[in-house]
Amino acid sequence: MSDQIVIHPLYAKLLEKFPESVVMDERQGFSGIVVQAITLLEVVKELRDNLGYDYLSSVTAVDDFPEERLEVIYHLFKSIGGAPVEIKVFLEREEPVVPSLTPMYPGAELQEREVWDLYGIRFDDHPDLRRILLWEGFEGFPLRKDWKEPLYEEDTKPFKSRWPEGKGERKELLNPYKDNVQYPREFDPNTLSGDVDQAMYKSLEYSDDPNSRVLQTDQMVVNIGPQHPSTHGVFRMTVVMEGETIVNLKPVVGYLHRNHEKIGERNTWLQNMPYTDRLDYLAPMSNNFGYAITVEKLMGIVPTERAEYIRVMMAELTRIASHTMTTGFLLNDLGAYFTPALYALEERELILDIFEEVAGSRMMVNYFRFGGVVRDVSPEVLKKIRHLVYNRLPRKIDELDKYISANEIVRIRCEGVGVLTADDAIAFSTTGPNLRASGVPYDVRRADPYSIYESLDFDVCTREHGDVFDRYRVRIDEIHQSIRILKQVLDRIPEGPIMAGKPQYVAKVPAGEAYGRVEGPRGELGFYVVSDGKPNPKRYHVRAPSFINLTSLAQMCKGAKVADAVTILGAVDIVLGEVDR
Amino acid sequence: MNGIGIIKGLLITLKHFFDTYIYDFGRKQKNLAPDDKRGMVNSSGLFTIQYPEEVLAASEEFRVIPFLVYETAEDGDHKYRCTSCGICAKVCPTQCIFITRKKDPETGKPIPSPEEFYIDTDKCMNCGFCAEYCPFDAIKMNHDFELATYVRGDTHIYNKEMLGKPVEYYAKIRPVNYALEVAEKAEKAEKATAA
Repeated sequence: MSDQIVIHPLYAKLLEKFPESVVMDERQGFSGIVVQAITLLEVVKELRDNLGYDYLSSVTAVDDFPEERLEVIYHLFKSIGGAPVEIKVFLEREEPVVPSLTPMYPGAELQEREVWDLYGIRFDDHPDLRRILLWEGFEGFPLRKDWKEPLYEEDTKPFKSRWPEGKGERKELLNPYKDNVQYPREFDPNTLSGDVDQAMYKSLEYSDDPNSRVLQTDQMVVNIGPQHPSTHGVFRMTVVMEGETIVNLKPVVGYLHRNHEKIGERNTWLQNMPYTDRLDYLAPMSNNFGYAITVEKLMGIVPTERAEYIRVMMAELTRIASHTMTTGFLLNDLGAYFTPALYALEERELILDIFEEVAGSRMMVNYFRFGGVVRDVSPEVLKKIRHLVYNRLPRKIDELDKYISANEIVRIRCEGVGVLTADDAIAFSTTGPNLRASGVPYDVRRADPYSIYESLDFDVCTREHGDVFDRYRVRIDEIHQSIRILKQVLDRIPEGPIMAGKPQYVAKVPAGEAYGRVEGPRGELGFYVVSDGKPNPKRYHVRAPSFINLTSLAQMCKGAKVADAVTILGAVDIVLGEVDR
Repeated sequence: MNGIGIIKGLLITLKHFFDTYIYDFGRKQKNLAPDDKRGMVNSSGLFTIQYPEEVLAASEEFRVIPFLVYETAEDGDHKYRCTSCGICAKVCPTQCIFITRKKDPETGKPIPSPEEFYIDTDKCMNCGFCAEYCPFDAIKMNHDFELATYVRGDTHIYNKEMLGKPVEYYAKIRPVNYALEVAEKAEKAEKATAA
């Protein structure tokens, strides 16, 4: 090969420093460095302490079946912006063990648990390595390629039984693997009792020493949720309390788990698009956006200019809809049951009306395609958006702001509650408004610009205190910035085609990997995809912002009152469709 | 002073209450223009409408459960546009479309027409891919969203007869798309005659 391989200077530095244990990933279409498991901690320490990569964005894994190899993949960023450094660790499929990064980056905690849950990769020194999305009575590691679900038909879609000899029957009744539901050896579903949660209760550290307590009372464990109106879905917090003060807290998730990523690997590339709507269902356009740019990166196509403008317009409208809703529901959590929330929903309704007109559905939009969008925005719809952006939204947002920000109950309940310092926020891999409310001006639209954001004029909103009130303020500020972006986009939107090339239902994706990320309303939404050149993705991973934002929930809640936990959770702004995937 | 915030908040609700009557004053509810109705950009006061007595008009691109377009022949036969090429079944993300291709009873060769066509509406996620990628404009998305039934089970697997709708129905619910399609076909026919 005469091709000169250009090595990133950073990687060159690492190769020089760790000549024996670090090599480049030289497969066609792949990048990053491969580190041996034993030196992983040293390399990451070097990256964090000396090279400024202080933000661990995503931890995930890939199964190379039928090769006897598992890969663990880390994406690290600088909190001042820039491209990622990608670190890979190759492991044997039997008994894979890798050192945990949780002591160094607390933000890895939930993500490492997820990898253990779905791939069976053990993380040494992880403080609490239990299943997270699946339950204790689950046998096997579902994202491994040789694991088959109970309704298994074929490895990849389209299934052969649908055409040309398709019979309208429920495939689940004909399931050849009818009885393949298995339980772990020590688990008996017939004697299932309440103590499957024992492991979780054990992981909550609470002391039996009466001298360590402020109050001379017992500490007690309270479960908030999963069926509770304040948890925004089926989410559960297990709280250790002393009197009314929270000593420790564990989020329990997975009640809405459907293994989105396994479904994604069965699907073709395009078939994943409508599934992404169902991740963060309050911001479907952002999810479409993230998936589209990631696959486009891999395919090497560039959307047309008009499509880019339409995409940004939709993404910003989604952000406004999502933020107004969060603001409204924050008041719900404060006890103003539903009246203010429904006033906030009015603006969202009008935006959803626009989505219905352009995409055909209010929430499950399925609007983006590789290389463009599915249909053009008509002049009437543009006129509607213009009216909203220039006349209605600024007025209504100011009204909302005026009544809420000055309200003394809101201020007393929100100010100084759930504080997260800037250092903690970065360490916990917090993203989005939560990170910016702690004073870190990190916004993917500016830190690692995608689409046309580089040419648009807007500010990254930050606040300093990192409490619930600041998170609310940042959201209001961001709505104003989104309106500012929309005004520019509406003025500049060019005429032209909305698709690069002909619309095709089979995407030709060359072998390789890509990590794409966008700034969704809840933070950095990342997609990591690996292709082996076939019509289906080999790996499809979603870096869900609200799932990772939950890592810092315990930190924010410690020392607060139990009623504040509800408010803090409301300000973190989780969407369970995305958390549980 | 404490308490002002609450009073201000309650006043908003009171304002909405009066706005509703002010907005409705002098308007005949029956013959309002579509964008003058409640829940539209310019309305004030109460934002919701009284479903099911009132129903907001669905926009043209609105999509629920697909239907099969047929043309009615002179003898009353239903001529389905579908050629059973199977693209919709292949592109369907939930794999809820089942097609049996028609075969010539004597030679056993496939005929471009569906023998059977099923959609499992319990699985259908209304994504619209089938309508988008159908090269023959044979499958389109419906507007009818009131689909609740008393029995689950086999009634939710729609067969060809349940899915079939006349082309006039398609023209009615999607006038803009239909006009485009007609224009495209006329252009093609013109080219064919010219050549």
